[in-house]
Amino acid sequence: MLDVRDLKKSFAGFLAVSDVSFSLPPRAVMAIIGPNGAGKSTLFNLITGHIVPTAGQVLHKGADITGAAPHRICRRGIGRSFQHTNIFPRLTVFECIQAAYIAHHRRGTDFWGRADRLYRDETMALLERLGLADKADELAGALSHGNQKQIELGIALASDPDILLLDEPTAGMSASETRETIQLLRAIAEERGLTLLFTEHDMEVVFQVAERIGVLHQGRLIAEGPPADIRADAEVRRVYLGGH
Amino acid sequence: MPEPSFLFGQFLSGLTASMFLFVTAVGLSLIFGVLRVLNFAHGSLYMLGAYLAWQIMAWLGPGPEHFWPAALGAAVVVAIVGAAIERVMFRHLYDREELYQLLFTYALVLVIADIVKILWGTQQLSVSRPVSLSGGTTIFGTLVPHYNIFIIMLGPAIAFGLWLLLHRSRAGRVIRAAVLDREMLGALGANVGWLYTGMFAVGAFLAGLGGALVTPVKTIVPGMDVEVIVEVFIIVVIGGLGSLWGTFLGAIIFGQVLSFGILLMPRFSIFSVFALMAIILIVRPWGLLGKRLTR
Amino acid sequence: MRRIPWTLLVFAAAFAIPWLGSRFYTFIATDVAILALFALSLNLLLGYTGLVSFGHAAYFGIGAYTSAIFMKTLGLPFWLGFPAAGVAAGLFALVFGCFCVRLTKIYFAMLTLAFAQIVWAICFKWNAVTGGEQGMPNVPYPDLDWIGAIPGLDGFRVGDRFYFLTLVLVALAIVALRRIVHSPFGRVLAVIRENPERAEFIGIDVRRYQLAAFAVAGVFAGLAGALFGIFNRGVFPDFAYWTKSAEVLIMTILGGMGHFWGPAVGAAALTILNLQITAYTQYWPLILGTILIVLLFAFPGGLVGTSVDLFRRVRRGRDAGRP
Repeated sequence: MLDVRDLKKSFAGFLAVSDVSFSLPPRAVMAIIGPNGAGKSTLFNLITGHIVPTAGQVLHKGADITGAAPHRICRRGIGRSFQHTNIFPRLTVFECIQAAYIAHHRRGTDFWGRADRLYRDETMALLERLGLADKADELAGALSHGNQKQIELGIALASDPDILLLDEPTAGMSASETRETIQLLRAIAEERGLTLLFTEHDMEVVFQVAERIGVLHQGRLIAEGPPADIRADAEVRRVYLGGH
Repeated sequence: MPEPSFLFGQFLSGLTASMFLFVTAVGLSLIFGVLRVLNFAHGSLYMLGAYLAWQIMAWLGPGPEHFWPAALGAAVVVAIVGAAIERVMFRHLYDREELYQLLFTYALVLVIADIVKILWGTQQLSVSRPVSLSGGTTIFGTLVPHYNIFIIMLGPAIAFGLWLLLHRSRAGRVIRAAVLDREMLGALGANVGWLYTGMFAVGAFLAGLGGALVTPVKTIVPGMDVEVIVEVFIIVVIGGLGSLWGTFLGAIIFGQVLSFGILLMPRFSIFSVFALMAIILIVRPWGLLGKRLTR
Repeated sequence: MRRIPWTLLVFAAAFAIPWLGSRFYTFIATDVAILALFALSLNLLLGYTGLVSFGHAAYFGIGAYTSAIFMKTLGLPFWLGFPAAGVAAGLFALVFGCFCVRLTKIYFAMLTLAFAQIVWAICFKWNAVTGGEQGMPNVPYPDLDWIGAIPGLDGFRVGDRFYFLTLVLVALAIVALRRIVHSPFGRVLAVIRENPERAEFIGIDVRRYQLAAFAVAGVFAGLAGALFGIFNRGVFPDFAYWTKSAEVLIMTILGGMGHFWGPAVGAAALTILNLQITAYTQYWPLILGTILIVLLFAFPGGLVGTSVDLFRRVRRGRDAGRP
């Protein structure tokens, strides 16, 4: 589904990501962990085209998408949520999701139709699924942090992706919000047959959810494998997990 | 092919125009570098400098020997005006969208233009050249007024002085850090508020000085604000907003293109500098010597 | 309670102005109608796409010159000159826009300004085509006899007839603009305004949409310019000067860029205020500058934004007072 080969990115001589390779089979659930500044967000940005890699390749379903424009990568079926909430604050929750449907179905070239009549059912259904239906008419920017994260997930899902890249999907959430969000994510991934790649700082969540874990340290993937192997890996314990 | 002495004369007149404008332009550029705002009112401060120079000379009594104190005094007053504008009003707009900042500086253009009209009327005023520089020297068959030679030398001197300020003082280091990355300023723990006020004052001083210095060779009229802001705008865009030597280079290019453009296409020389500016913005939006900004 | 059809009422009231019989009122109303269209066209960029153009007067000027050249130099009818103005302005906007949308924020504003100054310089210097500094005086009125032939509209002066024509054309253009901002295209623009980075990642080619918005805004500015050239009895390089771009920005801000009708209200307020104040004092710029400063500091939502806020607050206060 997604193959990353020898991906490398340097900023003015500083190697942010170096020789990272891994591949994700369809419906896999993989977590990328690592300390702050290990290059997790950069890695995501390289995959989704926000940053052009210095070297290496990104393949999606076998096609080379290295360095393609973000909107093209999105249209191929790679969805993404961002570490810092990244929504459309002065639109209503409903409009945010609806806009994502409009963009996904490439209806944006229509100068004359009426936007508010498009994809109402799809939008409502998705909002119900996310538990946001009662907030549909509120301004997205006025909602709580947790709700904004859900909106962001909704925007990503409206593009009907087959892979979802989630950068810290539970950042800033309370323990109960985190649990709910993770359950929701797993359920949606299950229903839709999504492949998930996510970063997460909460190790409990990581080891509970992920089928595979990659450990980034100073831009390098120092270990990759099933949770049990990662837990047992001596180097990972030394540089990252500590006494976990 | 025109005569070499004629070409030299043309070159010198272009250079003089360059250095006159450089004094004003470098102020605009510095303010942009630190505050990230394009100050349309910079031309108004220039005009204020010109009128104040005339006014101070009128107060000091007749006689061109009062030119130097008048020019300096005018620049200082404009600097104070600039600092006051920053302190009282402009600072409240820093966290607003740039549209509000742009329009605020435009509002100042309107207000200052009318205040100048109220204080000094609409008739043309003029100032005579300072006695010490009233003569001229013939170079390569061209008579060059001493005042022009002084201006041609003053430009690089100001550039060098500013360079020293920026590179050899603590304030200068902080300013340069601010040009590269505004976020870093907070980390430096510098007193950002006063730094901004100071930059605005220095920029305004240069605008006022530019306006005062131009009075012996140009009549003082309402409307000189809008005229000069367009010219210095072109210069800083060509050279690179926020860049000291870029502004210097931009001023020289501007002067020469205008000066020789008039020979080649008498009608379209003003067009040629606008076109040059557009090309620079397309190819290198941050200007010839400017740095690409991160935000 | 049924909604009051404000737009229709305003249109009907505007249409009735010539019956007041004052040449002056018709004059102001024509001016306001044209400038309202100009300001609304700018707001497609400013309020709906989040692009700060400081060179919108360029397209107003191009439209004015195009229709003047069609009607005066070439002797062609208004029905060719008017659409040609929109097309020409749109094409120039498309070409200039290609370069502008590659830049962001302040650099975008500066490049739009630079292009506008180039347009101004060409109008100012190209004597053979644009009349240079003198501009093109005496742009002819379109053939308006047919308006006099409409029952109920006979007997009006030529200025009144041109006003009827202007009002209908402006109304049609505004209907089209309104349709566009509520279309799926308009929704995409709103998404770009809110968050261009995120917009890219719902599959939107941000630059292409910004360019399209820039061109569409250019078309409507061009149409406004064409009408203004005729109304003004001549076109001049000042139409494209940067202070004109600033003026239309002020109208938009004064009315409020967050609301569809804001810029139109701003255009009306500024035009009427200008006429009122210049009757008493020559220092209109000083007053305008002061108004602008107060507006920027105290009422960034503009007239419409502020009154809508106030209205909501009053209503909420009243509702809260109820048991």
